[in-house]
Amino acid sequence: MGLQIAFWMLSAAAVIAAAGVVWQKNLFRAALLLVVCFLATAGIFVTLSADFLAAAQVIINVGAVAILIIMSIMLTREVTRGSPANRLGVPAFFLTGIVAAAIIFAVFKTSWPLSGDLPAEPTSSALAHLLLGAEGFELVIQMGALLLLATIIGAIVLLKENK
Amino acid sequence: MVPGLEQYLILSAFIFSIGLFGAVTKRSAVVILICIEIMLAGVNIALVAFSRFITPVELTGQSFSVFVIVVAAAEVAVGLAIILALYRQRHTIDTDKIDLLKW
Repeated sequence: MGLQIAFWMLSAAAVIAAAGVVWQKNLFRAALLLVVCFLATAGIFVTLSADFLAAAQVIINVGAVAILIIMSIMLTREVTRGSPANRLGVPAFFLTGIVAAAIIFAVFKTSWPLSGDLPAEPTSSALAHLLLGAEGFELVIQMGALLLLATIIGAIVLLKENK
Repeated sequence: MVPGLEQYLILSAFIFSIGLFGAVTKRSAVVILICIEIMLAGVNIALVAFSRFITPVELTGQSFSVFVIVVAAAEVAVGLAIILALYRQRHTIDTDKIDLLKW
């Protein structure tokens, strides 16, 4: 019962916040609504008993990504200009409607191989074995570290002052 | 009714579609990046829901979600760096005015 109430409230919050980001004319408020959307997503992760991912979502997306976006809005002075839409509104609406309908159709047509097992709790140790263990995704994790290094260097090079 | 896999997947589809609509229709490059973040959040919900209902013990879906979060953070950092570099050169981040590569 509690899970049910939490799911519906969090999903309503996530969808309304995401729609608010699109409809909101004020750029700064759009960025703050993005934070609400991320927080609701973290709550949905909790209802799916993904505790580690919920914490990672709060730390990385709410903490770091949102701050980066708000800072770049401040630095580009786009707040004065708002967030205007282009002329593709109506065709884009139909396109996204078709995409959503296709996804929902596929969801109901597929017979999912559901498992009745209880979820692993806490997930952090199982995830650590999966990500860092000998038979897990160790190589991909190291490539992720390389990707982050390349990102840092790339951002510095892009923003370096040309003398 | 306890929410099952279908409810989570429909929620994920809705959030993904809202993000897609914003990414296609907005003109400010920062807002397009924000909408792409919303799309990735929707995908994450789907991955974690698969992990919960199909592989609840192995947690395969959650490991993919970790990679999605890592790549999203990297993408946002480089994307905002490109936007700031563009703003320095052209004093605008309106995608209707940045059309050098447009045919």
